Amino acid sequence: MSKEEMDNTAKRKLIEIACRWYDQMTGGEVPSISLPTRTKRNIEYDDESEVWKYGDRESVRSAGNAKSALHLLKMAYVIWFLKKQILENRSSTLRELYYISEGWKKAKFGAQDESNFLIEDLEILTDLQREAFHLRPEEDGATIFGPLRLKELTRRGDREIHCQDDVGEAGYQIPNNVESVDFLDHDAKFIIAIETGGMYARLIENGFDADHNAILVHLKGQPARSTRRCLNKLNEKFGIPVVVFTDGDPWSYRIYASVAYGAIKSAHMSELLATPKAQFIGVQPSDIRDYNLPSDKLTERDVAALQAELTDPRFATDYWKEQIQLQLSLNLKSEQQAFAAKGLDFVTKEYLPARLTDMGII
Amino acid sequence: MSLADELAKKQRSISVAEFFEKNKHLLGFDSPVRGIITTVKEAVDNSLDACEEAMVLPDIYIGIKKVSGEVYRIIVEDNGPGIVPDQIPYVFGKLLYGSRFHQIKQSRGQQGIGISAAVLYAQLTTGVPTTVISRTGAGSPAWRFEIQIDIESNEPEIIRREETEWDRTHGTRVQIEFRSTLAAKKRLLDYLKYTSIVNPHARIRVEMDDEAFLFERVSDEVIACPEPIQPHPHGIEIGNLKRMLAYSDDTLEDFLVNGFARVGTKTAREMCRLAGLQGDMKARTLTPGQQKSLIDAMQQVRVPAPPTTQCLSPIGETLIVQGLEKEIQMDFVSARTRPSSVYAGNPFMVEAAIGYGGKLPPEGNAQILRFANRVPLVYQQGACAITGCIAGINWKTYGISQSGLPIGPLLILVHIASTNVPFTSESKDAVASIPEIEREVTLALQDLGRELKTYLSRRDKSRLQEDRARAVCAIIPEIAAKVAEIVELPPPDISPIEGKIMRKLVTRRETRDGKVVIEVRNYTDQKGAVTLYDTSADTAEDATVKPDFSTQMEQEFTKVWQVPIEPGSVWRVEYSGSGGGSLDIRGIDQKYVVTVDLDV
Repeated sequence: MSKEEMDNTAKRKLIEIACRWYDQMTGGEVPSISLPTRTKRNIEYDDESEVWKYGDRESVRSAGNAKSALHLLKMAYVIWFLKKQILENRSSTLRELYYISEGWKKAKFGAQDESNFLIEDLEILTDLQREAFHLRPEEDGATIFGPLRLKELTRRGDREIHCQDDVGEAGYQIPNNVESVDFLDHDAKFIIAIETGGMYARLIENGFDADHNAILVHLKGQPARSTRRCLNKLNEKFGIPVVVFTDGDPWSYRIYASVAYGAIKSAHMSELLATPKAQFIGVQPSDIRDYNLPSDKLTERDVAALQAELTDPRFATDYWKEQIQLQLSLNLKSEQQAFAAKGLDFVTKEYLPARLTDMGII
Repeated sequence: MSLADELAKKQRSISVAEFFEKNKHLLGFDSPVRGIITTVKEAVDNSLDACEEAMVLPDIYIGIKKVSGEVYRIIVEDNGPGIVPDQIPYVFGKLLYGSRFHQIKQSRGQQGIGISAAVLYAQLTTGVPTTVISRTGAGSPAWRFEIQIDIESNEPEIIRREETEWDRTHGTRVQIEFRSTLAAKKRLLDYLKYTSIVNPHARIRVEMDDEAFLFERVSDEVIACPEPIQPHPHGIEIGNLKRMLAYSDDTLEDFLVNGFARVGTKTAREMCRLAGLQGDMKARTLTPGQQKSLIDAMQQVRVPAPPTTQCLSPIGETLIVQGLEKEIQMDFVSARTRPSSVYAGNPFMVEAAIGYGGKLPPEGNAQILRFANRVPLVYQQGACAITGCIAGINWKTYGISQSGLPIGPLLILVHIASTNVPFTSESKDAVASIPEIEREVTLALQDLGRELKTYLSRRDKSRLQEDRARAVCAIIPEIAAKVAEIVELPPPDISPIEGKIMRKLVTRRETRDGKVVIEVRNYTDQKGAVTLYDTSADTAEDATVKPDFSTQMEQEFTKVWQVPIEPGSVWRVEYSGSGGGSLDIRGIDQKYVVTVDLDV
């Protein structure tokens, strides 16, 4: 889709929402909007796309009460603003949008969470990504290092980059809008997505990418949308298997889940962002036991998070149930870097090759 | 000499006074802070009981003054019937002396320990004897006593006894000096406030540290003094029954009819039949085996509850509400008096009240007021069965949040009236867990909870309507304007939406570009006219509809219009000005009125 087509679609879909309200009001009806309920309980597995999407539960926001009326008013202001932004061919960040609302009197946002949430509502209603509204995320995408050649459309024209030969030690930085990147070819057997910078640097230093023909992706904690989109595209386009390497604690499992199954916040575009075939490589709770890794006790919050995961449909597999139960009984958690206790090469020479062989990837 | 002989030398009996000297905590004298509250409590309880017996409206004066350093002088004076001079030393100078221990009826004091314990405490801490002045009537002189307790014999020691002048025609005044502190002043005042809530017929004046407080009565009704009753056949214990039988000259049937509450000839015969005993045998002659079958039979026969109106003195729903309202400002308050009931043969009655909102603290645990026989229980709340019942109720059902105890601007009052309130200890701080009582407390509170829920949902509903009105009148027009801008069409008319949602009289004022516009839309089906008062600094000389009259006060002009309100009609006025001030509609039930002032 060309940029012009994209803009027209975005504008049309935004105005459609306003039209619906306009028609409701001229028909003597209180304006309202209905959206899927955005909770853990309302996400369902979609067999066809193999990702988790919102289910049938919907909540109606009707301007018949003050709180919802205010929500609709804010949405009207945002639509009005986005329409103008697209027409003027400008763009802004989510943070900027939040500040712009300062001048909107009643429709002013109380906190940035509120405006972010509203933009997600609009994504759901229009079936478009926020990039289509000319909204940029302010956070950086993650970095990639490995045998991959791509072409990026930059402000100074097309650039062809090899992610091993043409980049520094830190790797190639994924731009905010992955749609402007064209993946050309690769020489990789698999992609390993890594939670922490320390482990990412360890793998580069140990030459893991060269030894195993691996593409290394640094997730930087909870991965940004562009990172997830990038993993999804690489997996779709070249069929390269993806493994996710995180710390061994409940929060890290959620990082894996957002890569593999999609996040609850963005379940409306799981098809674009999730990589259902991504596999979890570690740190598994059983590794803490089997390798006797240095570990910490679980905090109350950790235990609560693990228990919440037991009721999360995305973790409702035998593998996860077993691992989470095991972790609760061990009452321990370990970081990726805990493998360093067995020597700096242990993770690249022993642990990962053994796990990858088990998983049938190498 | 054997060890047993040696030990025998040390063994001797202990006087009650001596026992309590060593176990002050049992009577509520565990700390100097508490001592002052306990003393006031005991004296006030005695005064209230005495006034009730004499059928006079209690008028109680309490004086608390620092004498020196840590010594306080406490004076409690009442207008009760007074005490005859010969009895005074015993009432104040002997532990376990009293008039109410052997009677089955509701009273504040029971064992006759309270005030003499205070006398004991005074003599232990300061050595100053207690002064008592009492007068039994206008025709009799007042007597003044100085009393101490002989600890070893638990007998009163009269230091001085003399006739004296006193300005009250009848009543008793007690003056005690002991080592204490006023650290718990607030608690003491709370105690008196609570006392005044459940004794709305009493006037209590307090002078403390040169400060004066008055808890005025709200009821001029003298409360009837409860009459003693006979024991109830249910739950009488075998020891007690044996003693009663031994003293009886009656036949078994007469013994049952005369000795027990609510037992008539028919019931007595039924009991005899069940026990396999002849009704005409002498009660005294029952063998231990027969006594056992008799007590079993007495339990099995249905007997109506004891005559509680006679032996119990409930406060009553109206007076509880009045008592609460006079001391605490609340938005909602309701009280319940449960029918009387019995535990182990003791009649009891539960009364409860729930208050909500107003000046109650909006956060934190509900305020719990516990009472037993019209006496506030201020200590050991956690150990009390009442607290247990409150925590055991699922308050969420009634729209109140809860974590253990209910949370929020809530007040819960529970009063247990009984001929024998089951306290957990002698200091009478907490009620023991008796299933029958707990059941009644729970039922009373659940009943009130349902009423509270109705109140809350009605309040929420009117809030919701208010909220809707605001949404519809203030926000929807803005949505309409913005949406029209997006779709590039003229703004839709939203008045049908207003009408649909509100069915009210909507008055809207908006000031823009130096023009004030007031609109009255009638979405109700009422006809007629209302009066619109618009007060602001604007004169409204160029109003499109001339005001019916206009008045000026300082810089404010009040413009008054008679506005016709035919169903579905719109009335409109416009004038130059800057708006502000206030807008008021009269002549229609306020629940049909929504005023939206867009200037504010």
